Amino acid sequence: MSVLIFAELDEGKIRKSSQEAIFYGAKVAEMMGTSATAIVVGAASDTELASAGNFGATKVLHATEAKLNEANGMAYATVVAAAAQQEGSQVIVLAKSSLADAMTARLAGKLKAGLAANVVELPDLANGFQVKSSIYTGKAFAYNDLKADVKILAIKKNTITPEEKDAAAPVEVFTPALNEADFAISVKNTEKSSGDILLPEADLVVSAGRGLKGPENWGIVEDLARALHAATACSKPVSDLDWRPHSEHVGQTGLKISPNLYIACGISGAIQHLAGVNSSKVIVVINKDPDAPFFKSADYGIVGDVLEVLPRLTKAVQAL
Amino acid sequence: MKILVCVTSVPDTTTKIAFTDNNTKLNKAGVTFITGPYDDYALARAVELKEKTGATITVLNVGGVDSEPVIRKCLAIGADDAIRVNAEPTDAYFVAEQIAAIAKENNYNLILMGRESIDYNGGQVHGIVGEMLGIPSISPVMLLDIDGDTAKITREIEGGKESLEAKLPLVLGCQEPIAEWKIPNMRGIMTARTKPLKIVEPTGTSKLTTIASYELPVPRGTVKMIPADAAETLIQLLRTEAKVI
Repeated sequence: MSVLIFAELDEGKIRKSSQEAIFYGAKVAEMMGTSATAIVVGAASDTELASAGNFGATKVLHATEAKLNEANGMAYATVVAAAAQQEGSQVIVLAKSSLADAMTARLAGKLKAGLAANVVELPDLANGFQVKSSIYTGKAFAYNDLKADVKILAIKKNTITPEEKDAAAPVEVFTPALNEADFAISVKNTEKSSGDILLPEADLVVSAGRGLKGPENWGIVEDLARALHAATACSKPVSDLDWRPHSEHVGQTGLKISPNLYIACGISGAIQHLAGVNSSKVIVVINKDPDAPFFKSADYGIVGDVLEVLPRLTKAVQAL
Repeated sequence: MKILVCVTSVPDTTTKIAFTDNNTKLNKAGVTFITGPYDDYALARAVELKEKTGATITVLNVGGVDSEPVIRKCLAIGADDAIRVNAEPTDAYFVAEQIAAIAKENNYNLILMGRESIDYNGGQVHGIVGEMLGIPSISPVMLLDIDGDTAKITREIEGGKESLEAKLPLVLGCQEPIAEWKIPNMRGIMTARTKPLKIVEPTGTSKLTTIASYELPVPRGTVKMIPADAAETLIQLLRTEAKVI
């Protein structure tokens, strides 16, 4: 009966977004009068696994088979479906990520589950099972009634603020039957920027557009991001011009992010860009054009040349 | 090679979303409907593969009669025929069931669609179709090449990308820069009128999710402007007032 949460690993550590998912799942379990079980796939230390308890899980299932050390959405979905069956789980929670996106759909197909993607609040159980989700690329919300026996919730970043307590959870090794067909995709090569803060996970984001004038000026964006421990992002034109890689493009056809702070530098704020960032908690806009539409959707604004303003902000952060 | 391209008919990306009927329906007044931008990438790559290897392309839409302009445009761009499943596409499992039912009858080598529709943004349909057909699904696909019965794919991941290989058949969710969007030419528009468009009724039983109502986000308060020559004040405000740093 327990609520099952998929806790995703990044180099052996439970991702921050998954800590949020565990906390969310534990809250749902509380509402339903049941417990929360986390399922972790791949290599991780016992201390790390037990730390799921700090966010509310009362049990951790650990799928340890070596074959699963490489992230594989289809195989992981098979594992989570088996865990859901063992635990009799009717609610499965995942934090949105590229791996989770690949898993949720396969899981929904396996379990004939009612699926809500981009969930932004705890469910309402007063009349059945209703969840609020973000739709129209952040321009609206839907209240979804999930009518299937099994419900899958993929939650957006910043849906809930986890509270941490000191409560290590017991870990059980979980060895479900694997399906050979899940290993039909072979990964030939992975290119990943290392050491930087991953954009979809970042609490703070510094983003720039064409107002930066050229890729040679990108250093001032990175300086401010480094001082703030923020990730960097960019507008569509900047990624189209190849100043920055596509994985940094936020907007309607890029990533949709919801950090605590989004600083937009030299971005005019077309509706397609806003769609990708308007669920950020606080938005700062810096643009030399006082009529830039982005100011209407901002919390703080500075009319000025980003090439002059950004270095001043970096200094002010360093002085904190 | 047989390619199925699944497309959505969605409000133009510049649409200001509004609802009617006590927030239970999209207000379609003045809204232009377009092919889903990600679906357009899928179709464009299918047309390129057709030009290279001589594939046939079927376009599939789950939607009402008002989706037909979008379907005709896909035919004008280079699809050979089209199927419309006459139903509202509100639940991912339901839509996937329709696609899987048609795919089972036709043995497509490739099933392409956008990584997500830009109305409900679930990004789930390709994966559910893959599960229903028992074949691999991959998304978001940035590059796709076919070599015999093998697909060579580049997929976006957090902070980068990975190169993959898998045997056909496959279901793929596509995004840029897989191909350049294609604009129909006059000849395409003329021939699209006579290309076959089959309308079928939905299969399956009930939807696993329904939408009770919609809501618009609460607008932000008034923007607080800070003079450029006192830019440092912003950092203080972010710490003491907004409490985000």
